[in-house]
Amino acid sequence: MARFGMVIDTRKCVGCTDCVIACETENDVPNGFARDWIVQISNGKFPNAQVEILSERCNHCSDAPCVTTCPTGASHYHDIGGIVLVNHDECIGCKACIESCPYGARFVHPEGYVDKCTFCVHRVEEGLDPACVSVCPTHCMHFGDFDDPNSEVSKLLQSRKHHSLLPEAGTTPNIYYLT
Amino acid sequence: MNSLSRRRFLKISGASIAAASALTSMNSVVKGAQKVSEKTGKSVKGIQKIPTYCSMCFWKCSAIGYVRDGKLWKVEGNPIDPLSAGRLCPRGTGGVGAHYDPDRLKYPLLRKGKRGEEKWVQVTWDEAFEFIAKKMKNIKSQYGAESMGFFSHGIGGGFIKHLLKAYGTRNIAAPSFDQCLGPRDTAFEITYGDVIGGPERTDIENAKCIVLLGSHLGENMHNTQVQEFSKAVENHASIIVVDPRLSTAATKAKFYLPIKPGTDLALLLTWMNVLISENLYDKDYIEKYAFGFEQLKAEVSQYTPEWAYPVTGIKPELIRETAREMARYKPSTLVHPGRHSVWYGDDTQRGRALAIMSALLGNWGRKGGLINQDVFDVPSYPYPEYPKPKRENADNPNRKYPFGGAEGYTTGLREATLTGKPYPIKGWFVYGTNLLYSLPNMQETIDAMQKLDLLVVIDVVPSEIAGYADVVLPESIYLERYDELFAPYFKQPFVSLRQPVIAPPHDQKPGWWIAKKLGEKLGLQKYFPWKDVEEYLDTRLKMAGLSLKEMKEKGVALGEKPPLYFEEGWEPEFDTPTGKIELYSTHLDELGYDPIPKFTKHEEPQPGYFRLLFGRAPMHSFSRTQTNRLLTNVMDENEVWINADVAKRFELKSGDYIKLKNQDGIVSNRIKVKATERIRTDCVYIVHGFGHNSRMLKGAYHKGASDSRLITKYKVDPLMGGTGMNINFVTFETEA
Repeated sequence: MARFGMVIDTRKCVGCTDCVIACETENDVPNGFARDWIVQISNGKFPNAQVEILSERCNHCSDAPCVTTCPTGASHYHDIGGIVLVNHDECIGCKACIESCPYGARFVHPEGYVDKCTFCVHRVEEGLDPACVSVCPTHCMHFGDFDDPNSEVSKLLQSRKHHSLLPEAGTTPNIYYLT
Repeated sequence: MNSLSRRRFLKISGASIAAASALTSMNSVVKGAQKVSEKTGKSVKGIQKIPTYCSMCFWKCSAIGYVRDGKLWKVEGNPIDPLSAGRLCPRGTGGVGAHYDPDRLKYPLLRKGKRGEEKWVQVTWDEAFEFIAKKMKNIKSQYGAESMGFFSHGIGGGFIKHLLKAYGTRNIAAPSFDQCLGPRDTAFEITYGDVIGGPERTDIENAKCIVLLGSHLGENMHNTQVQEFSKAVENHASIIVVDPRLSTAATKAKFYLPIKPGTDLALLLTWMNVLISENLYDKDYIEKYAFGFEQLKAEVSQYTPEWAYPVTGIKPELIRETAREMARYKPSTLVHPGRHSVWYGDDTQRGRALAIMSALLGNWGRKGGLINQDVFDVPSYPYPEYPKPKRENADNPNRKYPFGGAEGYTTGLREATLTGKPYPIKGWFVYGTNLLYSLPNMQETIDAMQKLDLLVVIDVVPSEIAGYADVVLPESIYLERYDELFAPYFKQPFVSLRQPVIAPPHDQKPGWWIAKKLGEKLGLQKYFPWKDVEEYLDTRLKMAGLSLKEMKEKGVALGEKPPLYFEEGWEPEFDTPTGKIELYSTHLDELGYDPIPKFTKHEEPQPGYFRLLFGRAPMHSFSRTQTNRLLTNVMDENEVWINADVAKRFELKSGDYIKLKNQDGIVSNRIKVKATERIRTDCVYIVHGFGHNSRMLKGAYHKGASDSRLITKYKVDPLMGGTGMNINFVTFETEA
């Protein structure tokens, strides 16, 4: 089995939003919506303020509440790497998944189904990185298999301090941020 | 030679690179690239990958446009491109949005109302050309050909420039010099006999210590620079950032120096003092290559860290510690020369201080420093000689600014238009630059335009300047056209091709076509001997040992890499009067200017006022991308950064809308407050380019505020004529 996820180096990220724009063109995300986004968190007083920049998206949780709450089975784990996907045809647009997602990663597509990050599964199946990862000019994003101890993402987690978002939500997220 | 580096000039005119070697170094990356049907553009099913180069900013990375079932899908970096290494910046990725921009210019327009009223009649291209040609002929017969002026930004202006030179004028200017990097390049020219250039000759990726002084890498998204900066961060380079604002780069720094605005030169002179008084500078290097060390030592002895403390607000120990940090990593300590450097009017002297710092650290010609660049030599098209203008250029009469005019002197040309001196300027072409937002003091530009018999604006979006035009010509965007070849000075020389990826959606036309057709109307056919641009490009490429056919497939051809460092064989030659790095400038001394920079105090804000600082956001370029819906999706208005304590004092909180009023009573559009711990209490900061008032820019109209409207005051650099713009102060007006 594989467990796909991302490791994002916040030391290198400059918050340029290239990941957001690349996702929109790659996946034809309708204007006004986004499957990924940038958050900047600032703490402390000038001039000693600390800033963390985060490129955020669906965490493709291993214990995904969106999958559990979905009444039709539209939200599901993909065969490859446990990627969390929404089957558009089965989605009835009830928004239960949107309510259950602690990350605010989902939205209703103008065509009526719930949409979100797919880790660019169509690219991953071809052996490519997701669009956000492959466009990043700072090379701060890494995609790979956490079940493979020799993968780049596994090694990065072994060698660097890191955190995930809202671990207390208990969803076992698969995106980690290096600090 | 004042205006253009002689070294570069010699290189440009000499065929130094063997074309054969360039050919063998090319790799095919794109298979199956096909010609787009320029008529239908939509007939091809499936996915086509077409290489071209970007124009979302001036960096001009090579890109690959993806067309899916005849529609533009996405744009990616070209993997063999030395600038992007296959990764575009957010604007480049968002270039798709420029093609689909609903607010773009669609048809040629002729003015119906008064200048600035934005009332138009749609006309045919032929009617537009008839109108322009008639006016141009009148101007030539009544005032002389030199009475036509041209303001241009970007490589796309090349064909129009050719047209105007053929017509008989050289009154051509670009804001990229006097409103941007002019002071920096002038300073390095004086000191080293060569410029920094663009893309900059900075070896960021190999630097062990990087000093950024007001240079906000990561917010200014110069692709190669940001990519290399990220590598330096990964390699644990020691980063020192000097900025009144905790910029993105500053958040990555080991040392952040929150300097009082306008005192950077004081800090630089004090760093020199420490490097010299503590014997930390590169003695061998200075002895071997530099001129005037003793004079420099004597001059900077007055600038002690204790003196600098009340001036700059930086504690003496921090000044000493950072100077020692730089010395520790020399010569691989890169004091970044910056780019946009028109701040206070003494900017060339500040640039000189940066140049001298680099010399003291021994980093010009060294790994991790300022390195050698070369160019892929592509001979120019064998055109007939241009007519010689009868009068000298109007922009800098009697060389008032001795180092002015490397790219023409913009505000000088504006002044000549306004005053009619030294002779009247009666016509302007404006290409790809929103002059109202790129030159300081908008009113002077508006007044100058009232003196014109003809104002032609060629652009892709209806910027504010277009609203004042007699004729607006809609150009196809870069993804829809052929353009000039791009072959810059860089550590890896290359040439790249721009070719159409997709057909323009309306009646937009490429610059080359506009120039040729108008040239024919003006009877200048002999200057346009090529049938079309493909013939023009193929002729030039063949002279360089390439061909259009292969360039259409690959997009980029690489040249031979020069030695980058002295250690690799780059000759340490300095084209200065003494043949050395001039710490003490004999040229400046001769002209009566300070041969070594001196600190002078700049005006400070009155109580209740704050210095207006401006800069860039990574997802926008100038004032030309604010209707690109892919980019507005991530940023559709700017905010004014106000120190959190100051905001509290004014009872402002983040998200409130206010207006900014400057020292001359000019009031901005409304702008959102960002109360933040990331800026000093004596200044505010906004991103340049927002605050549009052109009603034709529906997607950007009245979103955010424009720094350009508030920059009524500017201070001219006596050496090169650049316009220092960080000398305006604003206060807050809350909405009723």
